[in-house]
Amino acid sequence: MTARYSLKNLLAGLIFVGFGLAFGYAASNYPIGTALRMGPGYFPIILAVIMVVLGAIIVVQSFREGTDEIALGAIPWRGLVLLIGALVFFGFTVRGLGLLPSLFVTVFLAGFASRSNGLVGALVLAAGLTALCMVIFVWALGLPLPLFGPWLAALGL
Amino acid sequence: MDLLANLALGFETALTPANIFYCFIGVLLGTLVGVLPGIGPTGAIAILLPITFTFEPVTAIIMLAGIYYGAQYGGSTTAILINLPGESSSAVTAIDGYQMARQGRAGPALATAALGSFFAGTVATMLVAVAAPPLARLALQFGSAEYFALIVLGLVASVALAHGSIIKALAMIVLGLLLGMVGQDIYTGTPRFTFGFFELYSGINFVSVAVGVFGLAEILRNLENETTRSVLVKKVERLWLSKDDFRRIAMPVLRGTGLGSILGILPGGGHVLASFASYSIEKKSSKHPEQFGKGAIEGVAGPESANNAAAQTSFIPLLTLGIPAHPVMALIIGAFIIQGIQPGPNVITSEPALFWGVIASMWVGNILLVILNLPLIGLWVKMLTIPYRVLFPAIIAFACIGTFSINLNAFDIYAIAVLGIIGYVLVKLDCEPAPLLLGFVLGPLLEEHLRRAMIISRGDPMTFLERPISAGLLALAALAIIVSILPSIRRKRDEVFVEED
Repeated sequence: MTARYSLKNLLAGLIFVGFGLAFGYAASNYPIGTALRMGPGYFPIILAVIMVVLGAIIVVQSFREGTDEIALGAIPWRGLVLLIGALVFFGFTVRGLGLLPSLFVTVFLAGFASRSNGLVGALVLAAGLTALCMVIFVWALGLPLPLFGPWLAALGL
Repeated sequence: MDLLANLALGFETALTPANIFYCFIGVLLGTLVGVLPGIGPTGAIAILLPITFTFEPVTAIIMLAGIYYGAQYGGSTTAILINLPGESSSAVTAIDGYQMARQGRAGPALATAALGSFFAGTVATMLVAVAAPPLARLALQFGSAEYFALIVLGLVASVALAHGSIIKALAMIVLGLLLGMVGQDIYTGTPRFTFGFFELYSGINFVSVAVGVFGLAEILRNLENETTRSVLVKKVERLWLSKDDFRRIAMPVLRGTGLGSILGILPGGGHVLASFASYSIEKKSSKHPEQFGKGAIEGVAGPESANNAAAQTSFIPLLTLGIPAHPVMALIIGAFIIQGIQPGPNVITSEPALFWGVIASMWVGNILLVILNLPLIGLWVKMLTIPYRVLFPAIIAFACIGTFSINLNAFDIYAIAVLGIIGYVLVKLDCEPAPLLLGFVLGPLLEEHLRRAMIISRGDPMTFLERPISAGLLALAALAIIVSILPSIRRKRDEVFVEED
């Protein structure tokens, strides 16, 4: 099946239109004011309108310019899920667990995101990088972050 | 002899042991990120920015600036040795530099790149010292209307000079501007687009935006197809140039320096355009154009000088107007603000030691770079063999700790994840991330000056056209859009960039 439009442009245009509508809708709740005394909604609404117009132009172009030269390509789902998971885990646990254990798990998850890192490889990587970060941030730069947090103390560790 | 007195003050500041040390750390890290794949100067500076918060302002800026121009050097090393440009501006260096390496002339190619860059850096630094003060004086007379027009011109020009779809780049700017609106309104205090999150009242953290869009999105891009890189040259020998080589590179270096110095001042990727333009000029003016692409030393000397000169002069709009020419400069503006200094024409009078110290440090940094890059080239060749699967978890670790340490707020980490996904999707759809970051940083400024100018003019939008400087700048912006959409210019522009593919 051959598509006769540029999928990339179509998607990009729709995303821009979507962002424009969302920002425009949210901005319409704020006082707009007058040109002399612009309210908080004035400038965002102008921008949102421009955004929708630009997005619409890109959508129209996508049907004119023909198919993409380079296809969209695969999405690295494993990397995507693990990397986002690593960031969320760090944000969620850095206070509770403390920097050291939280960072170790974060680097392990991130390392595992690559298909060329096995389980052992990711563990070794996590240990090494955690140690390196401790030296740089805690020892050399004196970052005031507790290494172990209150959650571990609560467990009696 | 004001200039000499000022430069003396600058060197006094730049040559303190602490500042030399952090200048060295800066150019070292810069060379490192230039050499290593998958992380560019924008991402690296965003990640390292939080570390500099505890430093003196001048030390922080010296180090961040060092990372930036250091990366230009490092990028050329990978371009020559493994045909993979570390930075977009060294893409042209790869054409002839890699061919020279294949002919066993990696040493002369690296030496040419280093010496050309050093010469260009020295000249361009002098140019910054000479041109910045008068420009700052001019800028002091700017009112809000002029600043509004200037920012519009900066944003539009950054699109016109980039490559790829202009409409998409414009859309990325507007998206960036909208993201910059998040947070409390400056005049009324109304929280905008915060979805009830108290953390968003002060706006999205710009380090999160930069790390997400340039760091995380880039990693995801690289994970799409993991490849191993092979290093062609294990050992680099004969790091010096013959008399004949010197004769051949003299003119290209001079021309590249001139071209780069001028283009660097323009907003938006001036250094990329400079290296491409320099390559075309050298090829056209050469008596042996057929040698280009087969290892012509002129094809290394010109572009390398051009991109380094441009890297230095791109500090001019930043130091005199407080307007960033491209994303890295936007991050350095952020560093100024976090240090409690309002970037703009006042810096030169209110913080003369900082202003001249940063300029003098660029020259010091260029010397350090020559030392780092020529005798220590073996070390960088080793660095090239660090596999990506080790590198990107390190980037994630640094990004997490660095971003968290700014506000000790987990929200900033979640913001990286969200913006990283948005950035990845848009980059995958061929939308350049640089305009988004520029728009994000300049959005609040743009709105503030628009509203203030309208209040001053009593609601008359004609004020932007009645004031001559503002009208001139807006006319230039309009011209830039029209010219870059015209089909004939478009084709020319694509021609300049075509060698990259």
